[in-house]
Amino acid sequence: MDLTYEWDWEYAWEILPDLLDGLWITIQATFFGIILAMILGLAFAILRRSEVRAISWPTAWVIEFIRSTPLLVQLFMLFYVLPHYGIRIDAFTTGVLALGIHYATYTSEVYRSGIEGVPRGQWEASTALNLSTMTTWSRVILPQAIPVVIPSLGNYLVAMFKEVPLLAFITVFDVLGEGKAACTRNFQCVEPYTLVGVLFLIVSIPSSILVRQLEVRLARQP
Amino acid sequence: MPDNPEPNHDEPSNSRSAILERSAEPDAPARTASRLAVAAGDELEGSGVRFSGVTKRFGDLTVLDQLDMEVAPGEKMVIIGPSGSGKTTILRVLMTLERPEAGTVEVGGEQLYHEERNGQLVKASEKHVRQVRRKISMVFQHFNLFPHMTALDNVSFGPRKVLGLSKDEANERAARLLEVVGLGDKFGEHPARLSGGQKQRVAIARALAMEPEVMLFDEVTSALDPELVGEVLNVLRDLAENTTMTMLLVTHEMGFAREIGDRVVMFDGGRVVEQGPPTQIFGDPQEQRTRDFLRAVLDRE
Ligand SMILES: Nc1ncnc2c1ncn2[C@@H]1O[C@H](COP(=O)(O)OP(=O)(O)O)[C@@H](O)[C@H]1O
Ligand SMILES: [Mg+2]
Repeated sequence: MDLTYEWDWEYAWEILPDLLDGLWITIQATFFGIILAMILGLAFAILRRSEVRAISWPTAWVIEFIRSTPLLVQLFMLFYVLPHYGIRIDAFTTGVLALGIHYATYTSEVYRSGIEGVPRGQWEASTALNLSTMTTWSRVILPQAIPVVIPSLGNYLVAMFKEVPLLAFITVFDVLGEGKAACTRNFQCVEPYTLVGVLFLIVSIPSSILVRQLEVRLARQP
Repeated sequence: MPDNPEPNHDEPSNSRSAILERSAEPDAPARTASRLAVAAGDELEGSGVRFSGVTKRFGDLTVLDQLDMEVAPGEKMVIIGPSGSGKTTILRVLMTLERPEAGTVEVGGEQLYHEERNGQLVKASEKHVRQVRRKISMVFQHFNLFPHMTALDNVSFGPRKVLGLSKDEANERAARLLEVVGLGDKFGEHPARLSGGQKQRVAIARALAMEPEVMLFDEVTSALDPELVGEVLNVLRDLAENTTMTMLLVTHEMGFAREIGDRVVMFDGGRVVEQGPPTQIFGDPQEQRTRDFLRAVLDRE
């Protein structure tokens, strides 16, 4: 059996533009997805700490629900169910929404640990100074809670990046989707999948290193 | 025990700012020797405080048991007593860090946890609590400075955000207060780079910047290395002797308590065991528990 494989440079070169288009979709989906996850996750974390039960309980419940169902299910729910209620958004936006909402449950957990890491005395000093709830959160608690959780948020960025291919299920073709398309179109699959793997590496390795460096930098701060 | 002093409430509270402005001028009246007192606003009356039937429980543990206690405007009241007797809890209830299960607390004649509605005393709104709380400031055993802010920002933050001062005004006030507590060269330092004594002086400046009528000090020298206690006590002594602020101090520094206290209250099991002028409590305590406690403290020293 001949195990050598003739790598077809011409073919690889031909499909690269499509793959790069796909990669660009992946990057965009990750970018908007993580921003949504960071904002929504923070909102979840804060609402969940509310002293008003009518706020904290439903929040906890929603988080639990989202966390215990697969991202794919949420993707389908948003994509096929929302239009039934007259909400029409394009597939890419739907994908970003699903990613952001799903990952918000993880980031909210990250924020929660950061917030709980702020000593109780900081809340008490804020009360003693008569600071408003808003000022206490925005100027005292979060500036101390967020820097320590940035590396963990970064890890979720990398994790999300690797999950974007799921969006193919709702017709958003990212880099893997494009690779798969090339493969079925031409019955030649080694080049596209190899290239997809390399492209993922090219993006996620530097991101991981960046996150790691951030971690070290933050750890060094007083 | 002072007889039911009427809290003085006629002073317009904005006159304090005028004092702060004036103290910056070189020809400020030399009436007082204390720059700290001037910077803190020495001409204003402190508010009286009254606890009536205050009960505070943690689970099954009753920490304050129907406490009745009154502090006269401007009085320097020292609270002593064994660990776990509820001293911190009294201050925390007054600072609204703990909500009592029963009883009322009055500050400057105003209810702290209640407000009058249709002639009835009902649970106060958050807004009301906030408004009465403006009169009170607290200095903590463990400083609780904001670690992400410089010393100057720690002090100017409250005046800016709560009292509505401009950034310049607030910084000026903070600078003046840090100067008089001896930290004129530490404006830009973060708390992590300050010694315990310096941190506590920043914390005192931060509390003073809010122009409180009542100041609470909870064992503010207990977390300090022995050689740093003096610098903080000096600031407290200055405040006690030269301002009319009402002060409640929990301390184990008996010499200091004797020196600056108008009244010493001996606390045990959430109740007042004995109280009176320092000379009496330290010189001729009437209660066995007071004698035991003082002996134990003095033995340790
Ligand atoms: N948050 C809390 N939860 C449960 N118990 C508490 C809490 N705060 C204080 N206590 C208890 O209340 C009692 C009085 O505490 P505290 O007021 O701190 O005493 P002191 O300051 O005189 O040492 C202690 O037995 C303490 O363990
Ligand atoms: Mg205590």
